This record gives sequence, C-alpha cells and structure tokens, in this order.
Amino acid sequence: MDSKINDKLKILADAAKYDVSCSSSGGKRKNDNKGLGNAEGMGICHSYTEDGRCVSLLKILLTNFCIYDCAYCVTRKSNDIKRAAFTVQEVVDLTINFYRRNYIEGLFLSSGIFKDADYTMERLVRVAKKLRQEHKFNGYIHLKTIPGASDELIKEAGLYADRLSVNIELPSEKSLQALAPEKNYSEILVPMGSIKQQLVQAKEESKLFKSAPVFAPAGQSTQLIVGASAESDQQILQLSDQLYKGYSLKRVYYSGYVPVSADNRLPIITEPPIIRENRIYQADWLMRFYGFDVKEIVDEQHPNLDLDIDPKLSWALRNRHAFPVEMNTADYEMILRVPGIGVKSAKKIVSARRFAPLQFEHLRQMGVVLKRAKYFITCQTKSLQRQDYESDQLRRKILFGDGSARSALLTQQLDLFRQVG
Amino acid sequence: MHLYTYDGSFEGLLTVVFEAFERKAWPTAIEQEQVAQPSMFGDTIRVVTDEQKSGRVWQGLQRRLSKGALEALYYTYLWEQSGFEQLVFDYARLAFESEESIEGNYTATCVLQVQQIHKQVHREKHRMEAFVRFQKSADGLFYATITPDFNVLPLIIRHFERRYADQRWAIYDTRRRYGAYYNLVSTAFINLETQAVSPKRYGVLTADQYDAEEAKYQQLWQVYFDHVNIPERKNPKLHLRHIPRRYWKYLSEKQPRQLKNLS
Repeated sequence: MDSKINDKLKILADAAKYDVSCSSSGGKRKNDNKGLGNAEGMGICHSYTEDGRCVSLLKILLTNFCIYDCAYCVTRKSNDIKRAAFTVQEVVDLTINFYRRNYIEGLFLSSGIFKDADYTMERLVRVAKKLRQEHKFNGYIHLKTIPGASDELIKEAGLYADRLSVNIELPSEKSLQALAPEKNYSEILVPMGSIKQQLVQAKEESKLFKSAPVFAPAGQSTQLIVGASAESDQQILQLSDQLYKGYSLKRVYYSGYVPVSADNRLPIITEPPIIRENRIYQADWLMRFYGFDVKEIVDEQHPNLDLDIDPKLSWALRNRHAFPVEMNTADYEMILRVPGIGVKSAKKIVSARRFAPLQFEHLRQMGVVLKRAKYFITCQTKSLQRQDYESDQLRRKILFGDGSARSALLTQQLDLFRQVG
Repeated sequence: MHLYTYDGSFEGLLTVVFEAFERKAWPTAIEQEQVAQPSMFGDTIRVVTDEQKSGRVWQGLQRRLSKGALEALYYTYLWEQSGFEQLVFDYARLAFESEESIEGNYTATCVLQVQQIHKQVHREKHRMEAFVRFQKSADGLFYATITPDFNVLPLIIRHFERRYADQRWAIYDTRRRYGAYYNLVSTAFINLETQAVSPKRYGVLTADQYDAEEAKYQQLWQVYFDHVNIPERKNPKLHLRHIPRRYWKYLSEKQPRQLKNLS
C-alpha cells in the first residue's frame, strides 16, 4: 500500500513540476472556524529544490493519463512513460498530513485530461470541496482549470479554490496549432474570461453583502512556455501586457522550455533558456511594479531582450537623455527607473531626504547598490563619475570593468552559444 | 561614565531609559546584571525593573512612534547581539528629544541600525515559520525544535496558533532552553529541563514515541522533494542562498534517504 503511494507520488510530482507557479500569497482565507490552516496574507516558501525554485505547495497531477498529444508536454498521449492516478482520498490525505507538519502552504492540483474536460474538472473540484468541507481546511488551494470545462464547474471551483489558472502555454495561436493541435486559443481564453467575470461579480456582491461567497480570492494566473516556439520577447511581453490589462491576471508565469521530447516540431536545444526566462521575468516586473510600458522595454528595433544586461539597464542605455537623476529632487517614479535601484531603496531615498540632503555615503549606508546606479545619478549635483561615457562604453564598463564578475551561468551559456555558432 | 545594569527583561530595559532621563545621566554602557563587570571608572547604577516606570516610557514612545517603529524597537531587544541595549536606548532617547517623528531618518545611525535589525529579525522569524518541521508523536502532539539566530520564538506563536488551531503543538528553542505549547485553547511558555535527561536530548523523541505514520509521511515528503526538482536546471548557488546550510538540520527533506526509496 505504502509503496504504491510512493510510486504514484513520484510519477505525478514529476509530471507536475514543469508548471512553475508556486505562489501561495494573496489569499484572504482566515482560520475562523477553528479548523486547520490559515491562508491570509503572505505566502511562505517551505523549501527550495536544488534548481533553486520555491516549494510552497504540494504540486501534483491527479493523473497523467491524457487524451491530448501536445508536443511540448511530458504527459502527452504518445509519450512512452509510466502512468498513474491518485484517488480523491489519497490527495486529501497527503495534503492534510503534509500541511500539519508544516511542509506546505497548500495544494496545487492539476491533471492530464482523461475522458473529457468536464469529467476531469469535476474530480479536481471534488478534492477541493472535500478539503474545505470535510476537513475544515483553510490552507491554500490552487486549481488548474481544464480548457473546455463548463462554466458551472469553473464557478464551483472558484468557491473552494484560492487561485484558478488556465495555462496558455504557447505565446501565439500559430504555435499552438503546430504543437498542440487539439487545443485552440478560444478554448483557453473563454474560461479565462469567465473567471475574470466571476471575480468582478464576486467583488461587486461582497460590496453589497458581507456574507457573499468569495470566488478565488487570490485571482487567476497563467503560464507561457519560453523557447519551445519561435516567438520574440516582444510578442511574449505584449501578450502578457494584454493579459494583465484585459483579463486582470495576478501573474503570468514564464517557463523556460525544458527538452522533454524529441518531437520534430520542437527546436533542438540542449539546455533550458534560463537566462532568457530570467530577463523576461525582469521585464514583467518592470511592467507591474516599476511603471514601465511594454513599448519602452521591447519595440520593433529591439524585439528581443539583451541577455547580457537587465532590461532596466538596457532601457537606461537607450535613454541617456533622462539621466543623471538627482537623488535629492527627482520624483519617486524617476528614481525607480535608475538601474540597480529597486522599490525598497527608492522608498528609503524619498523618505530619508526629508531629513537631510543626501550624499553618496548616505546611500551606501542605506544599502543602495551603487554598482550600476553610480553612472546614472547625482547627489547634490555631485557625481561619482569623473568623465562622461558613451552608452556602449558604459555597457562594457558595467559588464567587464571595475571588477564586475559576470554570472558563471551566463558565461557558461554564452560560451556554449559560441561553440555552436 | 555611567554603567547601567538591569535584569535582562524588556521592561527592565525600558526602566533603564526612565532612570537615565530622571538623572540626566546618559549611559556609557548597559549590561545584564549576571554578566556585568563592575566598572573601574565612573559609577554603576543597578536598575530594578519597575512596571510603572517602564509603562510610562512605553506610553511615551507610543505617542511618538508608529506601530511599525515600536515593533522594530522590540525586535531590536530580541536581536540579542552585543550592543542592542545601547541601540534601544539611543533610539528611545532620539525619539523623546526630537520635535518631529524620527522614523525614516536614515541619516541618523541608530534609526538606520534599528531598521536593519528589524529586517534581520523579521527574516529569521519568517524562516522559522517556513522551516519548522513538526513531528507527530504517539499521543497526537505535533512537536518541533528550533535554534534560531535571534530570539524569535515569541514572535512566531501567533502564526502557528492561527494555522494549527485544531492540533496540539509545541515548539522548543533548544539553544535558549524554553518553548511554547499550544493546548487547543491557548499557548503557554514551557521549560523541559529536568535532571533525568542530558540537555542534548531535549526535544529528541525516541522511536517508540512517534505516531505510527510519522516515518511514512517524512519519507513521502522526501520522495516529493526529490521528484519536484528539475535536474536540467540545477543551480546549487541559488539553492544555498535560499536555504543556508545552518537551516538544513530542521528539514526532513534534507536528511539522508532511506535505502528503499533511492530508486
């Protein structure tokens, strides 16, 4: 019996790990029924895998049997792998027992599609319902919405789950047709739109009635695979921008494609594009927290992000006319745009300068990282630079000069690139 | 030269603030009674903790500081690193002597330091909330030991009370030798010291004291941890930045694998 659970867990955790979302934040589910668990406020990462990703939720598939044959997916029908399926009770027991020992914040349940969308979705909902109603479980539940599932089931899922997600996976309709012929964009966007509507409706109702049922309080998210198809960073980021604005998604996750198949529809790569994935995340952050418009980050002239430097530095080098920024007088929004200065540092600077005129020494003490910022700022009109540099000189100086060490991973990937080229 | 000594409690430290203002004799050092060395120069002032005096200091601080700043000051006390008493004093004195709020004045050394300590202690608190691993004992108690860098046990109780409202649990700080026990109603501080057990064995359960399913779930967790990893993306540097080695002792997923699940 135990070894059976062991084997199922191996197979169904393995199959779920390419879904990168692991967030457990944004829920507002309090423990007010003297039950188990509490999912209000911040998320917690209980562990980290050896690839450096956070482990916050028990992330598993209910089953990896699947009727679809999507080229990029490890669970595709034509792939010769071991198949397994959990029972509803097994998932519930694992979740509760892991949660009680403080291993996890909750459950992230997805599934291969067996029989049809509704049949699969109904089982996912049943797990969540059982946890909430029979076990008074207030931990975090993230349910994957199966494309094509009925509105009623999605609505019911939202009553028990904190977050719902529908994965778009491929950043354009064309790639989706080539790699996942059984899926289409409208099948994905329809449930996304319906979730959005439910979210808006639940919010309206909660304004009117305090007891109105909550619907997925942590919102919805999606995932895009990077590097399995030919889209440029511009196409990917424009799509994210539309999703954030049009579907009010909480998060778009990006998953660097890990070669899981030798399908000839896919590019031949030896390693996942980790650096590219990282740059896209940085750009995503710039759009969400730094007030950047997607057009400022990528455009027709620069459709792809620079792999060597981060997108903010890249923007700064293209827009030298906006600098230097004077720390004692500049707007918060402009301080945020200085390469190397993040939200926390920018806030500290704006706060501290009310008390005394800031000098570089103050910035250092506050922990502001000047390695890149020093080329773009002044304190009381003083600069740390003795001369002006052209943008490409600056770029070289930041990358190689002043003892700056490039990340070992980057060097390694660039070297590989050169060998191939 | 004025050396102040106190009993080590937060109230005691606030009483020191009161006494120093009363005498207008600013401390050159503040030390705990048990460890204080008599000063060769200057006088030693032995402060007795006084609820009324410490209460007045705290109320005064409440009028001048936000909730966040008061928390930062209390965190500085729990930080326990050398010089924390002087920092708490300097911060309180600056707050009392300034016309306007001192918060955010990071150009003042003590404000900046208290802010940084607040962050450090908060991070350790958060790590304990994440890395504590409970083991279920035969009588249904969920038990964990910790040895945090700073004295954060008082700070994590609320978190676990809300999370595990329906299970009895205990967390024991084996370095500071005290713990917290929740009995389904409320939480109390406990002390496990007895003559019968050597200090090294505090909080270590013997095999027969575990719940029958404890080993099974520890092993399942290890299986899960191993299979959620993507070997193609291995990144040991990042891994270590997130869980420094000193925390591994808490984590069942970081303990040696039993042979049968090595496959």
